[in-house]
Amino acid sequence: MKRSAYSPERKLALASSQDKVLELEEVTKVYGEQPPVPALRGVSFTVRRGELTAIVGPSGSGKSTLLHVMGTLERPSGGTVRIDGVDVAGLTDTELSLLRAHRIGFVFQQFFLAEYATVVENVADGLLYTGADLSERRARAEEALRRVGLAHRAGFRPPKLSGGERQRVAIARALIGRPAIVLADEPTGNLDSVTGASIVELLHELHADGATIIVVTHDAELAAALPRQIRMLDGQVVYDSAATRRQDAVGQHEEGGVG
Amino acid sequence: MSTATHERAGVGRRVRLSFWDSARVASVGLRTRPLRATLSALGIAIGTAAIVGVLGLSSSSQAGLLAEIDRLGTNLLKAEAGRTFGGQTANLPIEAPARVSHIPNAEQVGHAGLIKDAKVYRSPMVPQANTGALQIRAVSLNLPSVLTIGVDRGSWLNAGTSEGPVAVLGSVAAQRLGIDRVHPGLRIWAGGQWFHIAGILKPATLAPEIDASVLIGYEAAGKYLGHVGVSRGEATHGPPTTLYVRAATDHVEEVQAALARTANPQAANEVNVSQPSDALTARAAAEGAFNSLFLGLGAVALVVGAVGVANIMIISVLERRSEIGLRRALGATKGQIRMQFLGEALLLAALGGVAGVGAGALATAVYAAGKGWAVVVPAEAWAGGIAAALLIGAVSGLLPALRAARMSPTAALRSV
Ligand SMILES: Nc1ncnc2c1ncn2[C@@H]1O[C@H](COP(=O)(O)OP(=O)(O)OP(=O)(O)O)[C@@H](O)[C@H]1O
Ligand SMILES: [Mg+2]
Repeated sequence: MKRSAYSPERKLALASSQDKVLELEEVTKVYGEQPPVPALRGVSFTVRRGELTAIVGPSGSGKSTLLHVMGTLERPSGGTVRIDGVDVAGLTDTELSLLRAHRIGFVFQQFFLAEYATVVENVADGLLYTGADLSERRARAEEALRRVGLAHRAGFRPPKLSGGERQRVAIARALIGRPAIVLADEPTGNLDSVTGASIVELLHELHADGATIIVVTHDAELAAALPRQIRMLDGQVVYDSAATRRQDAVGQHEEGGVG
Repeated sequence: MSTATHERAGVGRRVRLSFWDSARVASVGLRTRPLRATLSALGIAIGTAAIVGVLGLSSSSQAGLLAEIDRLGTNLLKAEAGRTFGGQTANLPIEAPARVSHIPNAEQVGHAGLIKDAKVYRSPMVPQANTGALQIRAVSLNLPSVLTIGVDRGSWLNAGTSEGPVAVLGSVAAQRLGIDRVHPGLRIWAGGQWFHIAGILKPATLAPEIDASVLIGYEAAGKYLGHVGVSRGEATHGPPTTLYVRAATDHVEEVQAALARTANPQAANEVNVSQPSDALTARAAAEGAFNSLFLGLGAVALVVGAVGVANIMIISVLERRSEIGLRRALGATKGQIRMQFLGEALLLAALGGVAGVGAGALATAVYAAGKGWAVVVPAEAWAGGIAAALLIGAVSGLLPALRAARMSPTAALRSV
């Protein structure tokens, strides 16, 4: 993609470069060799700080693959992934780990909580690989638990919690490091609709607090409740609610700039 | 890659887990499945226990023998008449004890004369063949003090009892005769004659032949068993067969050199002179040598333990794929995952090693206390045991740890 250095789009990009938490340009991902399975086929979009975005699509459309690529758990086969302004392609495996420790929070459908540890220990482990010491991890875990409304469950062990509470613990663990971006893969997938709705409500609260969150889901209803939707099909973005809006904005800007 | 490079890449400082965090992470398997962890460490525990026990027991028994040698002294010499052509034990001259006591630095001289062909029975009713291989010896009254033998029951012979039909039993003799207490009226049938039992001696480590003997006075031997001799033309008590000589500690060799020819000037070369503590010293050296059979078994148990730990670790890595994926998502590096599982194997092995050293040392302590030995667990034994266990842990944990680190984080996360 070649652009003139003075194009308005480029100027905008330069002006707000720290504002872009996640940038994908023509990202592809092909699994296997014989036969190659193209899971992502040229995905491009940008997520700005503070956005709450839904990535929605049918099963097999490449949502989880996309989340893993955005989360640097998987390297793309082609294209560029920039997180918080850092081009992921140039980083070693160790550097990617550091990037995840400091800038990315994950929430999974299966929660992945350690049953032998208490809730607060589980949350504190979100900072384990950042170099924070134990007392800081504890203090921030308690704060994160307050944010998700589970301060009173700090000493419990996960098996004693409801599904919704477990997912809140997992969200607190993702939030504890104040990451640039939180990636959630089907966060309500294992929950009933009422509990799922309360999790969505929590995501809205965190969004209002300034967190940047991307939720991957096949649930169109959930997606519709979020401010921005990106629709996937067969490894491609087929709709981006923000892109339509932004194109309008850029169009107006261009007219104003030239005129 | 250096810290500076990471900072330039804009991803922050390189992180190293603190010791306690590493230990906590390495103990996850142990905390989630304690029974399995314990069982997997058992092989290593048994191996180390065997090794530590074998080394500890041989050291302790050696220490016990050395202490015994110390107590008994190495200054005792024994002079024995050799065997006659007929294969019988020859006699020493009756005057031998008196002559030997004149050797300079021969501090104490005791002696015993074997009464040939005299058999010992609990009573005359006992069949002739059941002699219990016991012998009768006429002994000098100072024998217990020369040989450092204590009296276990009753009393030792004295000037009075040594002239009458009275005997004292060596410890083995008492045992074979089934006598463990002394009471008035207790008699045995020795050499076709009733002897009253005055006492029982404690074991005589330096003179096993005394242990298996019924001991009577020379006067009594002459009177009742015909053990008599002629000295300077006069009838007197019978001849001795063995002399026991305590030499001054620093002059043992000189006394030893003079002993044979002084005891029997006519046939000095027929007299066997020995130092009874030599046998003990040789035994102590032998005890110090490790029992290689048991050491080998311990090594086999360690190898089996290593296979057990490796097996458990491989299963554990497979079972904990999602934990590995999660940790990678939380920012763990491959190296940190590798260290976690290596640390877990080391932890299991160390626990097994410590338990094994404890068990081995305890076994040594119990056995040594029973024998009255000092408890000696050599540093090489316990340090070597723990080191061997750790080495085993590292070796058996390496492959599973490498596997865990190589695992793709997304495969690990998708596997649920
Ligand atoms: N490790 C892999 N090896 C081969 N193919 C894979 C792998 N992971 C995913 N795929 C394929 O990539 C495609 C996209 O999978 P992905 O899991 O991203 O879909 P998804 O949108 O998350 O679906 P779902 O809603 O069921 O979770 C699928 O066809 C899948 O079979
Ligand atoms: Mg999926």
